[in-house]
Amino acid sequence: MNASLINYTLHLADNALIIGHRNSEWCGHGPILEQDIAISNIALDGIGQARNFYQYAALLSGNGATEDSLAYLRDVVDYKNLLITELPNGDWAQTILRQFLFSTYQYYFYQQLEKSTDRQLAAIAEKSLKEVTYHVRWSSEWVIRLGDGTEESHTRLSNAVTEIWNYTAELFIPASYEKELITTGIAVDLSVIQPLWQQKVSDVFTEATIAIPEKSFAQQGGKGGIHTEHLGYILAEMQFLQRAYPGAEW
Amino acid sequence: MTVLSQHINETEKKIWSLLETVTDPEVPVLSVIDLGIIRNVTVQQVDENNFKPIITITPTYSGCPAMDVISMNIRMVLLQAGYKEINIKQVLSPAWTTEWMTAEGKDKLKAYGIAPPQYKQAVCTPDAFQQEEAIQCPQCNSWHTILISQFGSTACKALYRCEDCKEPFDYFKCH
Repeated sequence: MNASLINYTLHLADNALIIGHRNSEWCGHGPILEQDIAISNIALDGIGQARNFYQYAALLSGNGATEDSLAYLRDVVDYKNLLITELPNGDWAQTILRQFLFSTYQYYFYQQLEKSTDRQLAAIAEKSLKEVTYHVRWSSEWVIRLGDGTEESHTRLSNAVTEIWNYTAELFIPASYEKELITTGIAVDLSVIQPLWQQKVSDVFTEATIAIPEKSFAQQGGKGGIHTEHLGYILAEMQFLQRAYPGAEW
Repeated sequence: MTVLSQHINETEKKIWSLLETVTDPEVPVLSVIDLGIIRNVTVQQVDENNFKPIITITPTYSGCPAMDVISMNIRMVLLQAGYKEINIKQVLSPAWTTEWMTAEGKDKLKAYGIAPPQYKQAVCTPDAFQQEEAIQCPQCNSWHTILISQFGSTACKALYRCEDCKEPFDYFKCH
């Protein structure tokens, strides 16, 4: 029970940290200043949410674990983030689409997690939901703007859909640690949020004149520690300092 | 009222006035009280002459880097005032809202050149291209302003431009 709760909390923390880290790669490279600031703010929200989850996971784990040891000293196989969060940024369309699909998922997810029987997870969800609302609005606007924009932007967004869509099925496939917690009302029942997510994505895609792929293959494994080749590179960069200089502080 | 509870009462008052002097490092005109992030102050007696303040704070945004600095500054101020044992706790629920910002705080923000959160709370919804709030320019008081970006120099602000005086300005957005 406790092991499942730790794994589940780490899964939520890893999701937020890895997408936060990915978005932070845009800092100083955004297409225009205002959007550079926007994506950096969204990155910061993700990292902040990750900290809250890691602090809770550290408390549950005991054994001297801290939010930093959990973020900086676990290896790829221990990370439980969804694969979609670790995908490379690609061009702006790819980053926007990844953010829209993931933020919409987080939005409905946190709405349910707010009702969790675990009070700390519920509190983190309540706090995070307010921030994710901005992310959904911002990324939906960009999906519409790009899809219903120029021929070039439409093509780029369509390519992004081809690139990313196969990673969306995993959002709704519960891991073993998750299934156990759903029965006790701690974890979110993903089958409840799937139709909500599909509806929102379909509405925004329609406005963006983008089609949802008819056929897809479910790329999965992230929640159980089986990742794409990209995560290793992220961790190598993110963890380098703590690995080379253990305990280094600002 | 017993002598002890009188002591505790006075100490609590003292601590509230000390907290008035701790400001947000990003928006230095606002005290932590103006900001509405102090949720509770209690005092515990340690021994005859020593009291331990227990301060409960809540973060504005999850990723706000000012929060760590703020809690360190609260600790510093209390240490300087002679308190040896200090407990600063963080709570997340209920989630912080700009409705907790004091009226004084809103006035200070405007004087500082940042448009304060609307008196009538109008928070973000997930719908794309929703109707913007009418925000008054803190420089020339015009209502003829437009949103440039929902995200600004810090997590708590949005970026606006005044169409009359042509100046850009920060808006401390409703949250």
